[in-house]
Amino acid sequence: MSVAILREGDYLIAAILSDLTDKEVLELRGELTELVGRYRSRGLVIDVSALDVIDSFVARALRAIVLTVRLRGAQTVIVGIQPDVAIALVQFRLNLGPLRVALDLDAARTLLDQLTGGEAEDGR
Amino acid sequence: MADEVRVVIADDADLVTARAEARAMAERLGFPRPDPTLIATAISEIARNIVVHSGGGEIVLEPFEDANRYGLIVIATDKGPGIRDVEAALRDDYSGRGGLGLGLPGARRLMDEFDLVSDAETGTTVTMKKWRYRDELARLREERGRRA
Repeated sequence: MSVAILREGDYLIAAILSDLTDKEVLELRGELTELVGRYRSRGLVIDVSALDVIDSFVARALRAIVLTVRLRGAQTVIVGIQPDVAIALVQFRLNLGPLRVALDLDAARTLLDQLTGGEAEDGR
Repeated sequence: MADEVRVVIADDADLVTARAEARAMAERLGFPRPDPTLIATAISEIARNIVVHSGGGEIVLEPFEDANRYGLIVIATDKGPGIRDVEAALRDDYSGRGGLGLGLPGARRLMDEFDLVSDAETGTTVTMKKWRYRDELARLREERGRRA
Protein backbone atom coordinates (compact mmCIF):
# COMPACT_ATOMS: atom_id res chain seq x y z
CA MET A 1 0.00 0.00 0.00
CA SER A 2 1.22 3.50 -0.74
CA VAL A 3 1.07 4.65 2.85
CA ALA A 4 4.09 4.72 5.16
CA ILE A 5 3.16 4.20 8.80
CA LEU A 6 5.73 5.10 11.44
CA ARG A 7 5.61 4.92 15.17
CA GLU A 8 7.02 7.79 17.16
CA GLY A 9 6.58 7.43 20.90
CA ASP A 10 2.90 7.73 21.74
CA TYR A 11 2.08 8.86 18.24
CA LEU A 12 1.47 7.11 14.96
CA ILE A 13 2.34 8.88 11.73
CA ALA A 14 0.66 7.77 8.52
CA ALA A 15 2.14 9.41 5.44
CA ILE A 16 0.15 8.88 2.26
CA LEU A 17 2.75 8.61 -0.50
CA SER A 18 0.65 8.72 -3.65
CA ASP A 19 -2.90 8.97 -4.93
CA LEU A 20 -4.96 6.14 -3.43
CA THR A 21 -7.80 4.06 -4.82
CA ASP A 22 -11.05 4.05 -2.85
CA LYS A 23 -10.26 0.52 -1.74
CA GLU A 24 -6.89 1.58 -0.34
CA VAL A 25 -8.54 4.48 1.49
CA LEU A 26 -10.95 2.06 3.18
CA GLU A 27 -8.13 -0.36 4.04
CA LEU A 28 -6.21 2.47 5.63
CA ARG A 29 -9.06 3.03 8.06
CA GLY A 30 -8.97 -0.60 9.20
CA GLU A 31 -5.21 -0.67 9.46
CA LEU A 32 -4.92 2.55 11.46
CA THR A 33 -7.69 1.50 13.82
CA GLU A 34 -5.84 -1.75 14.44
CA LEU A 35 -2.39 -0.17 14.87
CA VAL A 36 -3.61 2.55 17.23
CA GLY A 37 -4.76 -0.25 19.54
CA ARG A 38 -1.70 -2.43 19.10
CA TYR A 39 0.74 0.38 19.90
CA ARG A 40 -1.58 2.08 22.38
CA SER A 41 -1.06 5.29 20.43
CA ARG A 42 -2.59 8.44 21.86
CA GLY A 43 -2.19 10.47 18.74
CA LEU A 44 -2.36 9.92 15.01
CA VAL A 45 -1.01 12.17 12.30
CA ILE A 46 -2.19 11.67 8.74
CA ASP A 47 -0.03 13.39 6.15
CA VAL A 48 -2.09 14.08 3.02
CA SER A 49 0.41 16.29 1.22
CA ALA A 50 0.79 13.72 -1.58
CA LEU A 51 -2.94 13.87 -2.33
CA ASP A 52 -3.68 16.38 -5.04
CA VAL A 53 -7.37 15.59 -4.97
CA ILE A 54 -9.51 15.29 -1.85
CA ASP A 55 -13.03 14.59 -3.04
CA SER A 56 -16.16 13.78 -1.05
CA PHE A 57 -15.22 10.12 -0.65
CA VAL A 58 -11.75 10.84 0.75
CA ALA A 59 -13.09 13.63 2.96
CA ARG A 60 -15.71 11.27 4.35
CA ALA A 61 -13.13 8.52 4.85
CA LEU A 62 -10.81 10.88 6.75
CA ARG A 63 -13.71 11.89 8.97
CA ALA A 64 -14.51 8.23 9.57
CA ILE A 65 -10.90 7.47 10.50
CA VAL A 66 -10.85 10.36 12.98
CA LEU A 67 -14.07 9.18 14.65
CA THR A 68 -13.05 5.52 14.67
CA VAL A 69 -9.58 5.95 16.17
CA ARG A 70 -11.05 8.33 18.72
CA LEU A 71 -13.09 5.39 19.97
CA ARG A 72 -9.78 3.56 20.28
CA GLY A 73 -8.39 6.36 22.42
CA ALA A 74 -6.38 8.38 19.91
CA GLN A 75 -6.70 11.96 18.68
CA THR A 76 -6.01 12.68 15.01
CA VAL A 77 -4.42 15.63 13.26
CA ILE A 78 -4.39 15.92 9.47
CA VAL A 79 -1.37 17.67 8.00
CA GLY A 80 -0.28 18.89 4.61
CA ILE A 81 -3.51 19.86 2.85
CA GLN A 82 -2.23 21.42 -0.38
CA PRO A 83 -3.24 25.03 -1.12
CA ASP A 84 -5.17 24.08 -4.26
CA VAL A 85 -6.88 21.23 -2.42
CA ALA A 86 -7.92 23.65 0.34
CA ILE A 87 -9.48 25.93 -2.30
CA ALA A 88 -11.27 22.97 -3.91
CA LEU A 89 -12.64 21.75 -0.55
CA VAL A 90 -14.11 25.17 0.20
CA GLN A 91 -15.57 25.66 -3.27
CA PHE A 92 -17.01 22.13 -3.15
CA ARG A 93 -18.40 22.95 0.31
CA LEU A 94 -17.10 19.74 1.80
CA ASN A 95 -17.57 19.88 5.52
CA LEU A 96 -14.50 18.58 7.28
CA GLY A 97 -16.32 19.03 10.59
CA PRO A 98 -14.45 17.10 13.25
CA LEU A 99 -11.06 17.18 11.51
CA ARG A 100 -8.19 18.88 13.27
CA VAL A 101 -5.59 20.15 10.86
CA ALA A 102 -2.07 21.49 11.09
CA LEU A 103 0.25 22.89 8.48
CA ASP A 104 3.10 20.43 8.98
CA LEU A 105 4.41 17.65 11.18
CA ASP A 106 5.91 19.97 13.80
CA ALA A 107 2.66 21.84 14.21
CA ALA A 108 0.79 18.52 14.39
CA ARG A 109 3.03 17.28 17.22
CA THR A 110 2.51 20.47 19.17
CA LEU A 111 -1.24 20.19 18.71
CA LEU A 112 -1.25 16.51 19.74
CA ASP A 113 0.86 17.31 22.81
CA GLN A 114 -1.85 19.78 23.84
CA LEU A 115 -4.69 17.40 23.03
CA THR A 116 -3.26 14.39 24.82
CA GLY A 117 -1.44 16.25 27.60
CA GLY A 118 -4.19 16.88 30.16
CA GLU A 119 -6.19 14.18 31.86
CA ALA A 120 -9.20 16.47 32.07
CA GLU A 121 -9.76 16.63 28.35
CA ASP A 122 -13.31 17.31 27.26
CA GLY A 123 -13.41 14.05 25.39
CA ARG A 124 -13.84 15.58 21.96
CA MET B 1 -3.32 21.18 -29.66
CA ALA B 2 -4.05 18.19 -27.51
CA ASP B 3 -6.52 15.59 -28.72
CA GLU B 4 -9.36 14.16 -26.73
CA VAL B 5 -8.62 11.57 -24.07
CA ARG B 6 -10.91 8.66 -23.26
CA VAL B 7 -10.87 6.90 -19.91
CA VAL B 8 -12.89 3.73 -19.44
CA ILE B 9 -14.47 3.72 -15.98
CA ALA B 10 -15.04 0.20 -14.68
CA ASP B 11 -13.76 0.13 -11.11
CA ASP B 12 -12.26 2.36 -8.47
CA ALA B 13 -8.71 2.05 -9.86
CA ASP B 14 -9.91 3.91 -12.97
CA LEU B 15 -10.64 6.96 -10.82
CA VAL B 16 -6.91 7.36 -10.25
CA THR B 17 -6.36 7.38 -14.03
CA ALA B 18 -9.25 9.79 -14.64
CA ARG B 19 -7.90 12.25 -12.06
CA ALA B 20 -4.38 12.09 -13.48
CA GLU B 21 -5.52 12.50 -17.10
CA ALA B 22 -7.76 15.43 -16.19
CA ARG B 23 -4.97 17.21 -14.36
CA ALA B 24 -2.49 16.52 -17.18
CA MET B 25 -4.83 17.92 -19.82
CA ALA B 26 -5.74 20.99 -17.75
CA GLU B 27 -2.07 21.76 -17.24
CA ARG B 28 -1.30 21.18 -20.93
CA LEU B 29 -4.03 23.62 -21.91
CA GLY B 30 -2.53 26.25 -19.66
CA PHE B 31 -5.13 26.42 -16.90
CA PRO B 32 -3.66 28.36 -13.96
CA ARG B 33 -3.82 27.04 -10.42
CA PRO B 34 -6.04 25.99 -8.76
CA ASP B 35 -8.08 25.02 -11.83
CA PRO B 36 -6.36 21.67 -12.57
CA THR B 37 -7.19 20.56 -9.01
CA LEU B 38 -10.80 21.77 -9.26
CA ILE B 39 -11.25 19.92 -12.57
CA ALA B 40 -9.62 16.72 -11.28
CA THR B 41 -11.82 16.79 -8.17
CA ALA B 42 -15.04 17.26 -10.17
CA ILE B 43 -14.05 14.39 -12.49
CA SER B 44 -13.27 12.16 -9.54
CA GLU B 45 -16.83 12.64 -8.23
CA ILE B 46 -18.45 11.98 -11.57
CA ALA B 47 -16.29 8.91 -12.18
CA ARG B 48 -17.17 7.50 -8.79
CA ASN B 49 -20.86 7.99 -9.50
CA ILE B 50 -20.38 5.86 -12.61
CA VAL B 51 -18.64 3.07 -10.67
CA VAL B 52 -21.08 3.03 -7.76
CA HIS B 53 -24.39 3.59 -9.55
CA SER B 54 -23.98 2.11 -13.00
CA GLY B 55 -21.16 -0.39 -12.89
CA GLY B 56 -19.32 1.13 -15.82
CA GLY B 57 -19.04 3.86 -18.40
CA GLU B 58 -16.54 6.24 -19.86
CA ILE B 59 -15.23 9.75 -19.54
CA VAL B 60 -14.08 11.77 -22.52
CA LEU B 61 -11.90 14.81 -21.97
CA GLU B 62 -12.02 17.24 -24.84
CA PRO B 63 -9.99 20.41 -25.24
CA PHE B 64 -11.63 23.36 -26.94
CA GLU B 65 -10.54 26.83 -27.93
CA ASP B 66 -11.71 29.82 -29.85
CA ALA B 67 -10.37 33.32 -30.34
CA ASN B 68 -11.08 34.42 -26.78
CA ARG B 69 -11.20 31.32 -24.68
CA TYR B 70 -9.72 27.91 -24.07
CA GLY B 71 -11.24 25.20 -22.03
CA LEU B 72 -11.86 21.61 -21.18
CA ILE B 73 -15.07 19.70 -21.81
CA VAL B 74 -15.80 16.58 -19.79
CA ILE B 75 -18.40 14.14 -21.07
CA ALA B 76 -19.18 11.26 -18.74
CA THR B 77 -21.58 8.57 -19.91
CA ASP B 78 -22.91 5.37 -18.43
CA LYS B 79 -25.59 2.86 -19.30
CA GLY B 80 -26.82 2.52 -15.75
CA PRO B 81 -30.38 2.71 -14.48
CA GLY B 82 -30.45 6.50 -14.71
CA ILE B 83 -31.23 9.05 -12.03
CA ARG B 84 -34.93 9.19 -11.29
CA ASP B 85 -35.05 12.71 -9.91
CA VAL B 86 -32.30 14.81 -11.47
CA GLU B 87 -33.40 18.00 -9.70
CA ALA B 88 -33.12 16.29 -6.35
CA ALA B 89 -29.77 14.71 -7.22
CA LEU B 90 -28.35 18.17 -7.76
CA ARG B 91 -29.53 19.43 -4.39
CA ASP B 92 -27.10 19.48 -1.50
CA ASP B 93 -29.17 17.36 0.83
CA TYR B 94 -29.81 14.56 -1.62
CA SER B 95 -28.26 11.21 -0.85
CA GLY B 96 -28.73 8.42 -3.33
CA ARG B 97 -27.45 4.87 -2.93
CA GLY B 98 -24.19 4.85 -1.03
CA GLY B 99 -24.79 8.35 0.26
CA LEU B 100 -22.93 10.05 -2.57
CA GLY B 101 -25.35 12.95 -2.68
CA LEU B 102 -22.61 15.50 -2.14
CA GLY B 103 -20.88 14.54 -5.34
CA LEU B 104 -23.01 16.10 -8.06
CA PRO B 105 -23.73 19.52 -6.52
CA GLY B 106 -20.11 19.73 -5.38
CA ALA B 107 -18.77 18.91 -8.85
CA ARG B 108 -21.12 21.51 -10.32
CA ARG B 109 -19.68 24.19 -8.04
CA LEU B 110 -16.14 23.37 -9.18
CA MET B 111 -16.90 23.78 -12.90
CA ASP B 112 -18.26 26.65 -15.03
CA GLU B 113 -20.99 24.71 -16.80
CA PHE B 114 -22.74 21.54 -15.76
CA ASP B 115 -25.44 19.61 -17.51
CA LEU B 116 -27.01 16.28 -16.62
CA VAL B 117 -29.29 14.19 -18.82
CA SER B 118 -30.60 10.92 -17.50
CA ASP B 119 -33.25 8.33 -18.20
CA ALA B 120 -33.78 4.67 -17.57
CA GLU B 121 -33.38 3.71 -21.24
CA THR B 122 -30.11 5.34 -22.15
CA GLY B 123 -28.40 5.90 -18.82
CA THR B 124 -26.80 9.12 -17.64
CA THR B 125 -24.65 11.71 -19.40
CA VAL B 126 -22.94 14.47 -17.47
CA THR B 127 -21.33 17.27 -19.46
CA MET B 128 -19.12 19.73 -17.60
CA LYS B 129 -17.02 22.60 -18.88
CA LYS B 130 -14.32 24.75 -17.44
CA TRP B 131 -12.98 27.62 -19.47
CA ARG B 132 -10.71 30.59 -19.24
CA TYR B 133 -10.42 33.77 -21.22
CA ARG B 134 -7.06 34.00 -22.93
CA ASP B 135 -6.29 37.30 -21.34
CA GLU B 136 -8.38 37.57 -18.23
CA LEU B 137 -6.86 40.91 -17.20
CA ALA B 138 -7.39 42.51 -20.59
CA ARG B 139 -10.98 41.30 -20.55
CA LEU B 140 -11.66 42.73 -17.09
CA ARG B 141 -10.09 46.05 -18.08
CA GLU B 142 -12.23 46.15 -21.19
CA GLU B 143 -15.40 45.43 -19.22
CA ARG B 144 -14.49 48.15 -16.79
CA GLY B 145 -13.85 50.57 -19.62
CA ARG B 146 -17.26 49.82 -21.03
CA ARG B 147 -18.96 50.40 -17.72
CA ALA B 148 -17.16 53.70 -17.06
